[in-house]
Amino acid sequence: MERSTWGTRAGFIMAAVGSAVGLGNIWRFPYVAYENGGGAFFIPYLFALLTAGIPILIMEFSIGHRFRGSAPLSFFRMSGKKAEWMGWWAIFVSFVISVYYAVIIAWAMRYTLFSFNQAWGEDTEGFLFNDFLQLTVSPGETGGIVWGIFIPLAIVWIITLGILLAGVKKGIEMANRVFIPTLVIIFLIIVIRAVTLDGAMLGLDAFFKPNFEAIMDPTVWVAAYGHIFFSLSIAFAIMITYSSYLPKKSDVTNNAFITGFANSSFELLAGIGVFAVLGFMATQSGVEVADVASAGVGLAFVVFPAIINEFPGLNGLFGFLFFLSLTLAGLTSLMSITETYVAGFTEKFGISRRKAVAFSGGLAALISILFATQGGLFFLDIIDYFINQFGVAALGLVEVIMVVWVLRKTKHLQDHANAISDIRLGGWWKFSLGVITPIVLGYMMFGLLRLNIFQQFETETGNYEGYSNMFTLTSGVAVASGALLLGILFSLGKWHKNYRYYDEHSEHPVREKE
Amino acid sequence: MSVNAIVVMIIGMILLWGGLAASIFHAVRSSKTNKAEDLG
Repeated sequence: MERSTWGTRAGFIMAAVGSAVGLGNIWRFPYVAYENGGGAFFIPYLFALLTAGIPILIMEFSIGHRFRGSAPLSFFRMSGKKAEWMGWWAIFVSFVISVYYAVIIAWAMRYTLFSFNQAWGEDTEGFLFNDFLQLTVSPGETGGIVWGIFIPLAIVWIITLGILLAGVKKGIEMANRVFIPTLVIIFLIIVIRAVTLDGAMLGLDAFFKPNFEAIMDPTVWVAAYGHIFFSLSIAFAIMITYSSYLPKKSDVTNNAFITGFANSSFELLAGIGVFAVLGFMATQSGVEVADVASAGVGLAFVVFPAIINEFPGLNGLFGFLFFLSLTLAGLTSLMSITETYVAGFTEKFGISRRKAVAFSGGLAALISILFATQGGLFFLDIIDYFINQFGVAALGLVEVIMVVWVLRKTKHLQDHANAISDIRLGGWWKFSLGVITPIVLGYMMFGLLRLNIFQQFETETGNYEGYSNMFTLTSGVAVASGALLLGILFSLGKWHKNYRYYDEHSEHPVREKE
Repeated sequence: MSVNAIVVMIIGMILLWGGLAASIFHAVRSSKTNKAEDLG
């Protein structure tokens, strides 16, 4: 049984960049940088990229390429059952993320159409929450299905699963070869238009003006490492799965540098575009940039529509391009997240790709209907928080500690990467993985645990966003812990006979023995 | 824009976009070298 492979190196890099470049690059990075020292943030950000982001990418690329499997199979081949559970944990974290991420892409898709006539009207906030999301229930209640979200959600899943059904080379690679250059071109058009608007320089000044005192604050460094970590699709099982489709002769180290720098380059571009239009908005409204600066759903679906309303011309086109860029960035990430569990189930149970896509993708699509209900936003918000902090970040910390300190695989992976790459890995890589990353992520995790266990959020209940204890436990904590428990449970089962064996000298190491 | 902001913007562009350009250049150069070795 031959394993799927990428058609070209460029195809792999496009797919890896497509996975890393997501909604967060556009709606999270600019605000994180602005809030944490402006231009001075680039110092901790660059340190984080070079001492955590790229080193972990190299580690994951090396694991996937060396052991040629989905995350659980690669970990199983690396160290047996004592490592396999991490792969399944990552897969279930990805599964959870995919079910709500698809809904945000569905919103962006719908807003792409709304842009033509600015259907959101003057009250963009009221439109989003009352008319579009129909948020009339309390946290924890679902209410009815919102058909205006359900239909684009179905389209998002049809596109994603259709691409995955076509396979790695003809599906994922082809889609990324079209989507990524289109995304870059669209965003360049947005940036060029944005920087020529009245007040754009005011926004760029707010974004780039360095506050060097901020970098003495440890929370700014944690924010930089946290952002790099979430931004690069690491500890999601994605990069291990994607690199497992690389041919034997592949420069994994340079691939990691290209992916890391491409992701950061796009973030910088997004920061310029976002803050240029925020400067325009501030100028039009006669307020400070600080008064209009925001992140996440609020920035994309409340502030941007308001900005589009104020545009001097071609409002519809600008809105269309902005929301299309969100849709494309989201789709390339969603297909990578979904591929992790398609690959995992295919290999564990020895089923065809078609069956794995239909079963696991279909299940994810069904569950995602929960987020297309009137109370969907509350579920999305709390699950997103808990699965990112206690799924992705916790998994990253555990993965690095296990690989470096418990299983002691650094030397093995280093030798593998050095044997096939031009750039030699040495002390920098080992020190970054073994010391810097565990310390920073450990410190971050300690702060998060303290904040959540002792209910230290500045809200009425002390919980995240002031949610009740019951909702926090049943939706946030239960989902994040469920991903870990399911991961452990799945690792107890046996591998299908086709995937147990491994011939490390073969170009296609997965082969049938029985 | 203030001078500080302009300087930071230019440095950021050079480091991030320059880093990307250098990595891609390295990949293209090494693929050419490998092809030449394979033919040789």
